[in-house]
Amino acid sequence: MNTAINSGHLVFLLNGAMWTLVLSLLAFAGGGLGGFVVALGRTSPIKVLRILSSAYVQLIQGTPLLVILFLTFFGLPTLGFSITPLFAAALSLTIYVSAYLGEIWRGCIESVPKAQWEAAECLALSRVQRMFKVILPQAVRIATPPTVGFSVQIIKNTSLASVVGFVELARAGQLINNSIFEPFAIYMIVALLYFCLCFPVSALSKRLERTGAARLRTLKAASA
Amino acid sequence: MSVVVLKNVKKSFGSLPVLHGVSFAVAKGEVLALIGASGSGKSTALRCIDRLEIVDSGEIEVCGHMVHDPGLDLRRLRLDVGIVFQSYNLFPHLTIKENVTLAPRSVKKLDRRAADEIAMQSLQKVGLAEKADNYPEQLSGGQQQRAAIARSLAMEPKVMLFDEVTSALDPKLTGEVLKVIEALAASGMTMIMVTHEMGFARRVADQVVFMHEGLVHEAGSADILTNPSTPELREFVSNDL
Repeated sequence: MNTAINSGHLVFLLNGAMWTLVLSLLAFAGGGLGGFVVALGRTSPIKVLRILSSAYVQLIQGTPLLVILFLTFFGLPTLGFSITPLFAAALSLTIYVSAYLGEIWRGCIESVPKAQWEAAECLALSRVQRMFKVILPQAVRIATPPTVGFSVQIIKNTSLASVVGFVELARAGQLINNSIFEPFAIYMIVALLYFCLCFPVSALSKRLERTGAARLRTLKAASA
Repeated sequence: MSVVVLKNVKKSFGSLPVLHGVSFAVAKGEVLALIGASGSGKSTALRCIDRLEIVDSGEIEVCGHMVHDPGLDLRRLRLDVGIVFQSYNLFPHLTIKENVTLAPRSVKKLDRRAADEIAMQSLQKVGLAEKADNYPEQLSGGQQQRAAIARSLAMEPKVMLFDEVTSALDPKLTGEVLKVIEALAASGMTMIMVTHEMGFARRVADQVVFMHEGLVHEAGSADILTNPSTPELREFVSNDL
């Protein structure tokens, strides 16, 4: 029995890293879509929508991601749905991410000055036009740095999918460790691979924050 | 015939009464200057006319729209009324031309060429045609305010409201904005302006309304600024020497 780390193990880990990336992208896409709906609901003039979206956010933010994952992976099959680990993980992360991104984006929408709404309203733009042509384009700029920053959390949180048997990076490391028992070496490699996935994203986020702050300063200087 | 009529308009913010029954009327083509100390309610009165504030009681009629009516068609009111704010409120993510064409294109459904044409016309009126492709942050305060006026003009309103539009500007920039407004007055536009520029009011206004503690305290032609009959107005204009 081979007990040293070999290239086969590395390929297996890289394959796991790829699935981590796939899961992250699925979570970001699904959670982004859901988060957009949540943010619109939270800022809606219709009270029922505000209450519903707010309750959703409270509920999800007050539930561990692990429990959401168990509910989808073990709970949904008892209701007659057959579910793969990938689907369960993607669905759980989508639910989780949508609550957090929705809340981040609500803040961004609300940080566009009220006077912008007013100016658009006085030009006879409808509420939908005001939102999509005046407020959201400005909110997107404000939202970019925190959204990219949160993406790092998404990547790291995909490691929870390992508990339902989905072979992403963390699970791949576990499996190799079970066969050769070199936890320190293996988990160092796993950590390094996570770092390689996360670092470019967090570097981008830092950069966006810096340029965003610089832009804001020039804006303020210009209006002063 | 009056284009804007306020009858006994009352308005409170919570427990703070701001308007105690304000009445005045503006005829077509007339320029009305609303003056008064800070907190006298002049800006609130102006904002009520465009339904940015909802009156508690009284009547406001603007171009045939019953503004006090809860069932008012807001969009039709806003098509007839243009408003310019102290803080310009240009859309920072759009160029000056896009700022001006946004409403003609989205609300009046004009195609790009027709909207661009109207935009360039109204930018020419305010002397900003060459800045059409700049972003608001690249312009001076005076230029931004003139762009905001052009944005309003492009919708061809029947009444223009100006809410202390030069208060954030230095004297030189104030001058260039006032020139634009003066030309607009000369072209026959019906206007209501809240202003602290007494010289300008004297020159341009057909009617001056002096507000004091939420009421119209004195009103008349621009002569009341030179020969005030109430001590309050006398004191108010004496501060402006």
